[in-house]
Amino acid sequence: MISKGFIHKYGDNIDTDVIIPARYLNTSDHKELASHCMVDIDADFVNRVKGGDIMVGGFNFGCGSSREHAPIAIKASGISCVIAKSFARIFYRNAINVGLPILECAETDRIEAGDELEINFTNGEIHNITKGETYTTEPFPEFIQNIIAKGGLLNSIK
Amino acid sequence: MGMTMSQKILAAHAGLDSVKPGQLIMADLDLCLGNDITTPVAINEFTKAGFTEVFDKDKIALVMDHFTPNKDIKAAEQCKQCREFAAKHEITHYYDVGCMGVEHALLPEKGLVTAGELVIGADSHTCTYGALGAFSTGVGSTDLAAGMARGKAWFKVPEALKFVLTGKKSPYVSGKDVILHIIGKIGVDGALYKSMEFTGPGLADLTIDDRLCMANMAIEAGGKNGIFEVDEVTLAYLKEREIKAPTVYAADADAEYAEVYEIDLAEIRPTVAFPHLPENTKTIDEVGEVKIDQVVIGSCTNGRISDMAVAAEILKGKKVAKGVRAIIIPATQLIYKQCIELGYTSIFLDAGCAVSTPTCGPCLGGYMGILADGERCVATTNRNFIGRMGHTGSEVYLASPAVAAASAVTGKISAPEEVM
Repeated sequence: MISKGFIHKYGDNIDTDVIIPARYLNTSDHKELASHCMVDIDADFVNRVKGGDIMVGGFNFGCGSSREHAPIAIKASGISCVIAKSFARIFYRNAINVGLPILECAETDRIEAGDELEINFTNGEIHNITKGETYTTEPFPEFIQNIIAKGGLLNSIK
Repeated sequence: MGMTMSQKILAAHAGLDSVKPGQLIMADLDLCLGNDITTPVAINEFTKAGFTEVFDKDKIALVMDHFTPNKDIKAAEQCKQCREFAAKHEITHYYDVGCMGVEHALLPEKGLVTAGELVIGADSHTCTYGALGAFSTGVGSTDLAAGMARGKAWFKVPEALKFVLTGKKSPYVSGKDVILHIIGKIGVDGALYKSMEFTGPGLADLTIDDRLCMANMAIEAGGKNGIFEVDEVTLAYLKEREIKAPTVYAADADAEYAEVYEIDLAEIRPTVAFPHLPENTKTIDEVGEVKIDQVVIGSCTNGRISDMAVAAEILKGKKVAKGVRAIIIPATQLIYKQCIELGYTSIFLDAGCAVSTPTCGPCLGGYMGILADGERCVATTNRNFIGRMGHTGSEVYLASPAVAAASAVTGKISAPEEVM
């Protein structure tokens, strides 16, 4: 699988309260959640984002509340993958469980807003088309790959 | 290689003699928790995947606490969905308005968690029950759905940070100050993917309420769980409830830790986390002049009876400063009643506080105390992220009930000693 899109760049410790503020958690509708995605730190995100785009963060992406609404909102907004230096652990498992691809990459400082990336999920390589650079990522352990291959957690335990 | 407390509990629930850090396991759950925000998403996934039965109606707890009593029509619809699911599957531990409480205060109070158990909850503060010697951790709604369907969850076995506590706390220093001090020291990702294991002679100086508060905020350091060594204090608390028999796991003498920290409780001062991260801590001596508009005392972190007691001690015979709104929310129906019986509610009302039925409401900016642009709040809650309690231009300062009560009286962030 290959994903290609433009970058929306954020910093360290992006918490799930800013990804989807609690005042919008009175619904579980994916499109409605997506319409408020990132609103408290980047009100224009929902207008800029295009299908296939890629979100990039620093350390501890997705910290705070366990709300699965956060990866759901990001995915439903059209984002095809989130790349960060590290992920908070609940966000990490939620993203796997809802089928939002995430990649840990130490070199996110080299990626800038607006860069165009191409991600090869088979070998975990990220190609920065704008800058002509290639970055490597940590592949998922086999255990997790099996969950993904079976179509998510619930399908894997049926 | 020896195992930590957390590793031993995980191994026992995965049917393994031993586990090592990084190992991925499938384990049996003793309890799965959901609330009115996260359960609807879990029910949707449960239904969509074609499940029709829950694994055990006695091992699921559903607590309607975040937007209850319902704040709007959509919140009411979400609770209705949970209520109908609970009725259909005859969920034993379903708690709605009139018998509920903030989930992480309610479950220990009801005796639904004991030492040695493995608990997941679709709420990040599920790590609270580590105070009782359980391995408990926050997950998402799909994990809750899988737990409700099969009674299982997958875990990556964590390595641990060990906190050896010594000494005795000073007056008006509580578990909240200790955990804020620790988060200030290691940072909001200082325990990322790791267990935080608390041990040492200092435990004797920490009540169960102190420990519940500290384990509650393990997630604010990125921790997978926070867990306390089981001692007489734990066993006495569990015995009072006597619903389930505890299983005590102690860390092996040769267990390996990623890091060991020694914390002298005597050196800890009342501590405040400044906006917009729980790691931005200052001692009360360093805060300077910070005027405030609101105080909130409550939540799964600090809405217990001992929190109400210290707030009442400080507010007794005093008035909330002009221009400050003070909102006090006992965390459970029982604590609410105790506040009335012990005279705390009268003290709060006479001081000019609003006293509410249990709800998570203001902590996550749901309702019951939303902040306007530029407003500042001292809260005994657990997060001070941008926009957490309202407008993105508002500010949340995290503190203990003692500091929050004193600040309500002076109208600025204050040490309890300033008003006592």
